[in-house]
Amino acid sequence: MGDHSHGSPEDSGTVAKADDVAQDRFPDPGLPPHRPRLADRDPRAAKRHERQVALLFTISIIGTLFFFVAYFVLGQLGDMSFAELRVQNAALGLGTAFAMLGIGIGIVHWAKTLMPDHELVEERHEIRPEADRKDAQEIIDTVLDESGIKRRPLIRNTLIGAIALAPIPAIFMFRDLDRTGNTASEMIDSLRHTMWDTGVRLTRDPSGTPIKAADVQIGSAFHVIPEGLNEAEQPLNEKAKAVVLLMRMDPKEMNVSPGREDWNVDGIVAYSKICTHVGCPIALYEQHTHHLLCPCHQSTFDLANECKVVFGPAGHALPQLPIEVDAEGYLVAKSDFHEPVGPSYWERG
Amino acid sequence: MAANTTEYTAATKTGRIADFVDSRVGGSAMVKEFGRKIFPDHWSFMFGEVALYTFVLLLLSGTFLTFFFDPSMAHVTYNGSYVPLKGVGMSTAMASTLDISFDVRGGLFMRQVHHWSALLFVASVSVHMLRVFFTGAFRRPRELNWIVGGVLLILGLAAGFTGYSLPDDLLSGNGLRIIDGVMKALPIAGTYLSMFFFGGEFPGEHVIPRLYSLHIMIVPAMILLMVAIHLFMVVVHKHTQYPGPGRTNNNVVGFPVGPVYAAKAGGFFFIVFGIIALISGLFQINPVWNYGPYDPSPVSAGTQPDWYIGFVDGALRLMPGVLGNFSFEWVIPFPWGDNTLILNVLLPALVPAGALFAVMFAWPWIERWVTKDNREHHLLDRPRNAPFRTAVGVAGVVFYSVMWAAASSDLIATHFHVSLNDVTYWLRTLFFLGPVVAFFLTRRICLSLQRKDREIVLHGREAGIIEMSPEGGFSEKHEQVDVYRRYVLTNFNDRQYIPAEPDAAGHISRKEKRRAKISKFFFEDRVAPVTPSELEAAHAAHGHHEVEGDKKSESLES
Repeated sequence: MGDHSHGSPEDSGTVAKADDVAQDRFPDPGLPPHRPRLADRDPRAAKRHERQVALLFTISIIGTLFFFVAYFVLGQLGDMSFAELRVQNAALGLGTAFAMLGIGIGIVHWAKTLMPDHELVEERHEIRPEADRKDAQEIIDTVLDESGIKRRPLIRNTLIGAIALAPIPAIFMFRDLDRTGNTASEMIDSLRHTMWDTGVRLTRDPSGTPIKAADVQIGSAFHVIPEGLNEAEQPLNEKAKAVVLLMRMDPKEMNVSPGREDWNVDGIVAYSKICTHVGCPIALYEQHTHHLLCPCHQSTFDLANECKVVFGPAGHALPQLPIEVDAEGYLVAKSDFHEPVGPSYWERG
Repeated sequence: MAANTTEYTAATKTGRIADFVDSRVGGSAMVKEFGRKIFPDHWSFMFGEVALYTFVLLLLSGTFLTFFFDPSMAHVTYNGSYVPLKGVGMSTAMASTLDISFDVRGGLFMRQVHHWSALLFVASVSVHMLRVFFTGAFRRPRELNWIVGGVLLILGLAAGFTGYSLPDDLLSGNGLRIIDGVMKALPIAGTYLSMFFFGGEFPGEHVIPRLYSLHIMIVPAMILLMVAIHLFMVVVHKHTQYPGPGRTNNNVVGFPVGPVYAAKAGGFFFIVFGIIALISGLFQINPVWNYGPYDPSPVSAGTQPDWYIGFVDGALRLMPGVLGNFSFEWVIPFPWGDNTLILNVLLPALVPAGALFAVMFAWPWIERWVTKDNREHHLLDRPRNAPFRTAVGVAGVVFYSVMWAAASSDLIATHFHVSLNDVTYWLRTLFFLGPVVAFFLTRRICLSLQRKDREIVLHGREAGIIEMSPEGGFSEKHEQVDVYRRYVLTNFNDRQYIPAEPDAAGHISRKEKRRAKISKFFFEDRVAPVTPSELEAAHAAHGHHEVEGDKKSESLES
């Protein structure tokens, strides 16, 4: 914007040419002649409009009365079925709508038909008259001069320093927005751990009943929470990290990478249910393609390939929960997840 | 005062009350200033009014809701009137939302008024800004008010988002989960920001009361402040007006505040209220009792955010996370350990919205720089008469709309029985190509409309009367437009390509060359308004059916 000082439109050659063209323009014919409305000439029409406006206001009064009927007659507190509530809601809406529209349309109709419809002309004023600018500048110069801020740089500089520092405590005060009392490294570390641990049983969400390996058929999917989650201190926080999808595939169709050979039980596999994109629960399992789909942003994971991303915005595969069978035949975790679950973060690595 | 020989005494009772107030606070000057102030009349000026009125409705209905809403995340067992959820554990916020809906008469109605008003508030602010953009109302001296308007739009989104999360139902909880994911994607500070925001790990039990303080205090206070600044500047600048006979850059033509404008604007408030009440009574919105309380495990397919968040959500969906073997989650091996840069979330969440708002805020200065037009403008442009700007605006709208459509990609796929992947691939293509195609297409349409205006001025409008000449030829009679119509069609700001100009030292800077390039790109193709001499020549030529006029307008384009 700095180079606006030169070549302003007034003195640039090109625009001056445009001004020349402006000479060859149609003259402004001025405001079109005013056409009187029916009500301006015919008192009977004016009377008719008056009655229409009054009718609209009356409709508003009826609307308000209807609101009271809806409020007191249709609705009895604590004794309404859902259908009755909907009827009452609609009636309250209609009553209010008529009350308001009656007033609104009435006033606008009044303004359009009975109030003068002559357009008036008003001149614009200069936003900043040059005389005012001069006066203002003089005042500011006087103020600056009398304060002595220019002559005493020591005062000015220490003031700038003080003002720059003063708000910083206000920012630091927000440190305790985190209510856990964790240190910075504990905060980061908390994201790496879930309730899963060696021997923790896989149980159904939300009932919390354990699952036998024999119950899991090929093609079926279980929504799973760790045993004891409902009794945890912060069940929602734990659940937001620990929910797992349990599915069974034909082991021949699965590609298992080295080191994960014993993470499944005869094709029964458990994967984190929290999408690695931005954390929605992955709720859809398409059996015949072995695809898991996140309904929020459509990230698609391939169960046959250890839940690698095949489509959508997620950036890495779903973490797998290593599982085995305990002595009673129930499915249990071999360990916690080997990587953080859920959305990625800077410290994830 | 004492020097006054006679003190004014009011004749009527109302007059005496008015005089009492006036002589103590000095209202006369205000009445003098505003009582007959002129406001121009046009339907497109009403969008801003809708925004103001829906905001008033938001304050009224919102205050009512605060009397009953309890923003606590403490765990309770629901025991209200809604039978299907009886005995279900949920947060106090969710339970009190259900109480407002089922155990406060008219509470559901007020919730719906509040939600519908919020949707309409953001919509009317957006449409109002489109009106201001496409008519060039943001030009000097109104650039700052354009900025205030943009800030109001952002504040509207903030108010909408903080309010949407308050009921703590399944849908809004998932919305917060997405916000948590986006926050965590921010490099270096992201994880801590998320922990601070939620008071620990997601979801915690602190976020709803915090959103509540933002939603009912600081955000509405800032909106109110911005609205006050906005309206103050409208008074300082006086309203813009569309060009037309009798309307100049130095006057305002319209109706006086008292009584006509006040009646129309005041009446319009009641109309907006009435329409919102009608919608709220008849159309269900956000039935939280169907979704149930927040639980990190379940989610239903096909859920949609409120419309104004859609464009960011759609951008998140469009971004591929993995291309072949390349992941946009980039693990950087620093000497102290590996850090992750989550580009597949960062890029779509920040870049498109950031670019949209950056261009929007900067546009008045971009346009001033390219056109070298620093004059005050109180007369609006008809969009067709600023083809470059209209084209840029439509390109922006298409860019926004593609992302917005992407937020419903799953619904598009299921409704039209097409593959979700194909929908996404198409939208990804449109994301890049759509704005470009829209720019050129819109500019061509504007230029064609301008040519049509020329045609009408030069040859008159088609009268629909077929004449037979003595030779037996048929032709349609054309009627000349009247002087008023002709003035509308010919009196517009005719922008031209301004080549690079040397500065005082005779040097053409690189920036000036760049400006000239953009100026050429914008204004090389243009249609000039008809001049009186051209019209005379057209009449003299008498060739109504010839395309002579077209040739002339072509030759005018430099």
